[in-house]
Amino acid sequence: MAVLETKNLTKAFGGLTAIDGLDFHVGEGEIVSLIGPNGAGKTTFFNVVTGMIEPDAGDILVDGHNVVGLRPNQVLERGVARTFQNVRLFPNMTVLENVLVGQHTRTRTGPIGAILRTRRFRREEVEAVEKAKDTLAFFGTRLVGYRFDQPASVLSYANRRRLEIARAMASEPKLLLLDEPTAGMNPQETRELTELVAKLRDERGFTICLIEHDMRVVGRVSDRVVVLDYGTKIAEGTYHEVANDERVVEAYLGTKAGKAAS
Amino acid sequence: MAARLHRPDPRRVVRLGLVGGLTAVFLSAIGMVEAFAVRSLVDPEVVLGYVTVALVPFVFGYVAAKPPPVREGMEPVRPGGLSVTAGALVGVLTAGVVALFVVITSEVNVRGVLQNVSPPLLDILTFHRGVSQGVAWLFFGGTLIAAGGAAVHLIPARFRRPVVLAVTWVLIFGLLQTLIAQVFRGLKIGDVVNPFLYKGSRGLSIHGAITVWIAVFALVVSMEGQRQAVRRRLDEATPAMRRNYLLFGLAVAILVLAVTPHILGNFLSEVLDLAGIFLLMALGLNIVVGYAGLLDLGYVAFFAVGAYTGAVLTSPLSPTLDPELSFWTSIPFIMMAAALAGIVVGTPVLRMRGDYLAIVTLGFGEIARILFLSDALKPYFGGAQGIIQIPNISIGPVDFVTSQEFFYIIYGLAIVLIYVSWALQHSRVGRAWMAMREDETVAEVMGVNIVQAKLQAFIIGAILASLGGALFAHKIGSIFPHSFNIVVSITVLMVVIVGGMGSIPGVALGAIVLVGAPELLREFSEFKFLLYGALLIFMMLNKPEGLIPSKERAQELHQDEAAQDAWLRREALGETEPEPAGP
Repeated sequence: MAVLETKNLTKAFGGLTAIDGLDFHVGEGEIVSLIGPNGAGKTTFFNVVTGMIEPDAGDILVDGHNVVGLRPNQVLERGVARTFQNVRLFPNMTVLENVLVGQHTRTRTGPIGAILRTRRFRREEVEAVEKAKDTLAFFGTRLVGYRFDQPASVLSYANRRRLEIARAMASEPKLLLLDEPTAGMNPQETRELTELVAKLRDERGFTICLIEHDMRVVGRVSDRVVVLDYGTKIAEGTYHEVANDERVVEAYLGTKAGKAAS
Repeated sequence: MAARLHRPDPRRVVRLGLVGGLTAVFLSAIGMVEAFAVRSLVDPEVVLGYVTVALVPFVFGYVAAKPPPVREGMEPVRPGGLSVTAGALVGVLTAGVVALFVVITSEVNVRGVLQNVSPPLLDILTFHRGVSQGVAWLFFGGTLIAAGGAAVHLIPARFRRPVVLAVTWVLIFGLLQTLIAQVFRGLKIGDVVNPFLYKGSRGLSIHGAITVWIAVFALVVSMEGQRQAVRRRLDEATPAMRRNYLLFGLAVAILVLAVTPHILGNFLSEVLDLAGIFLLMALGLNIVVGYAGLLDLGYVAFFAVGAYTGAVLTSPLSPTLDPELSFWTSIPFIMMAAALAGIVVGTPVLRMRGDYLAIVTLGFGEIARILFLSDALKPYFGGAQGIIQIPNISIGPVDFVTSQEFFYIIYGLAIVLIYVSWALQHSRVGRAWMAMREDETVAEVMGVNIVQAKLQAFIIGAILASLGGALFAHKIGSIFPHSFNIVVSITVLMVVIVGGMGSIPGVALGAIVLVGAPELLREFSEFKFLLYGALLIFMMLNKPEGLIPSKERAQELHQDEAAQDAWLRREALGETEPEPAGP
C-alpha cells in the first residue's frame, strides 16, 4: 500500500490555483523527488499534506487513512514529518532539546508526572535522551558531544539543516518530506547530503519525498520523479524519462524557442 | 594593534550635555530632588536629593567619554585626556541648563503650572547660597562631577568595576540604613557595628562610609579571579558532584530562609512577605510568559480567583457560602477554581497570538475585578464590602499570625513552586512550551498539541497565582475588589521582565527589588511608577534579557556580541583568519 496517496487534491489562494486536482502517491520504501519551476505548488503541496493548510477538495491518505482536516500534530502522529525550505529550528533551544521536541508525540508524560518525577517519567526521559543522541549520531560526529547542549542558533548552516532532519527523524515517521534539503549548501555538502538521503532509506527505513532544484541530486537519489507545473502533474517517471520529456523542458525553459536555442 | 586615542564626537557631547541638563531640570520640577533632600546618606552633607541631581552629570559624563565598542576590523580606541574634556563639557552644559532654570524660576513664578518648583527647591539647587553664588557653584560642581564620570574610563579595567561598585554600595548602605542596621542587630553585633557605621539616623558616618568602600573594593577585587575559578570548577564537575553542590546550596538556602525572619524583625519580614506573594505570582506568570511565550496582561484575575475562593471557603462571615474550612482543606478547591478560571480565559484565546492575546487577557483581568465588585455576585462575594474575618493559617495548635511567622508559610510554598517550575521546565511539557514560544507553527508541525500546551500553561499559571492569592487573603484577613486592579498585573509582569523571563533566580530577584525595595524606600513611593518606567526602558535598551537571564534568552538577545567576543578572543590569541591569496 502507498504510504502517501492524494486524490484530486486541490488548493486555491483566491484566484491562484496552487494545486490543481493532483493525484500523487509514494510507495513504501520509495524515494520520490518532486520538481518543478518556482511557484509550481511544491511547497504548498507539503503544507497541505502536513495539515498546515486545509485543501479545498480531494483526499490525502496516509497508510490508507484520510488525514484531511487533522491538525498538523495529528498528521505527524500518523507518520508524516517534514523539514522546511528556510530551516525553521527552535533557535534558542539546545540541539538535544530540538530533537526531543521531535519525539513529543512518541512520549506521554504530562505535567503531573513531570512534577512528581514518577518512575515512568524518569524512564521515559532517559530513553528519549538516549534516542535523541542516537538520532544525532546518524550524522557522524557533527552534532554529538559538546554540541548536544549548544543552542541551535550557533550551528553552521549545513548543521542546522542536518539538525532539522534529525528532528523530523525523531518523530519516527513513515514518510519524510524534505523541502530542498541541499538549498544553500556547497558542492561537497550537497554530495554528502545526497548520500545521506539514500542512507535514510536504506539504514533507517524511511520512505522519502523530497523537493529539489539541484538536478544532479535528483538524478542520483530518486527512484521516481514527479514534475509539477501550475499545480498539476505534467510528467512522472525515472529521472531520465522525465529529463527528456518535452513538457518538462518547456515548463523549465518557457518556450519552444528556448528549447531550440539550447 | 596600536590603540588610537578616543576623540568624542563634539555634536554628540553637546547633545548629551543638553539632554543631561533637561533630565536634571525634569527631576527637580517633578519634586524628586526636594522630596529626597531631607534623606541623608552620609553625614553631614551627602543627601539623597543632591545624589540624585549629581548622578545626572556623572552618568552623562560617563556616557560621553565611553569609547565605542571594538568592532571587527576596527582599530581599538582608548580613552584619554580628550575624553575627560568631553565629560567636563557635558558637565558645563548640564549645569548651564540647570542654572538657566534656576535664574528663570527665581525671577518668574511658575508654581501655577509646575507646583513643585518652590522656593525651597531653588534654595536646594543653589546650595543655600543665593542665586548668583549658587549658579557659580552649579557650574563648578557639575563640571567636576561630569569630568569625574568621564575619568572612570581612565581607571585601569581591572579596578574600574570594583571602584564603581564600592561607591554604589556606600550609597546603598546609606539608603538602606534601617535594613542594614536591623540585620546587624539581628546578628547580635549591632551594638558594636551600628554606632561605628552610622551616625544616629543621619546615614553613614564618614569613617563608616570609608570602611564600607574599602571592604567592598577589597571583596570585589579578590573575588574577580575566584569567580572564574568557581565557574571553571562547575563546568568540569561531574553530574554527581553537581548534584552535591546543588543539595549543598539548597541546604544553605533553607538555613538562611529559616533564620531570616528572626534577624530581620517584624517590619522587614512584612516587606519580604509582600515580596514573597508577588514572587508566587511571578513564578506562575513566568510559566505563562517566560516559558510558553503567552503575554498575559490580566494575570491578576487568577490572583483574585484564588483570594476569593480562599476567603469564601474559610471566612465565617462569607455572605452565602460559609463552609468554614481550614486553609489546608481549602487548597484543593482553590486549585480547582483556578484551573477552571484558566480554562475560561484560555479557551477563547487559543487561536490568538502576540498583541491580540495581550489585549484580550487585559480585558479578562478587568472583567474579573468588575465581577467581584458587581451587585449581581454580591450575595457570594460581598461586592464592594468584600469579605472580612478570614482566619489565620494554623498547623495543628500553631497559629501563624505575625509577619515573621507568616514568612515561613509564604517562602515554604515558594520553594515548592520553584521546584514545580523547575520540574516542568525540564520535562516534555516544558520543552513543548518553549518550542511553542520559539515558533508556534513549527511546534505544531513537530507534534506539539498547541491547544493542550496553551491550556496547560494557562491552568498551571492560574493555579500558582491562585495559591499566592489565597495566602494574600489569609495574610491581610480581608479582601476587597479594588485590591485586584491592573497595577498588580503590571507589577508582576515587571517582576518577570526585569528579573529575566524564563529564569527562576531572576524572578526571585525581581520580586525583591521591585516589590520589596519600594516598601523600604518610602520617599520613593510617590515616584514608584516613574522609576518603574525608567527602569523598564533602561532594561529594554541595555539588558533586555533581565537581571539574571535564562541561558536561552541571553543567547537570543546578544548573538552579535557573542560573535564579536569570539572574534576578539581569536584576535587576542593572534589567530587571525588567513588572508585571501592575492591575484
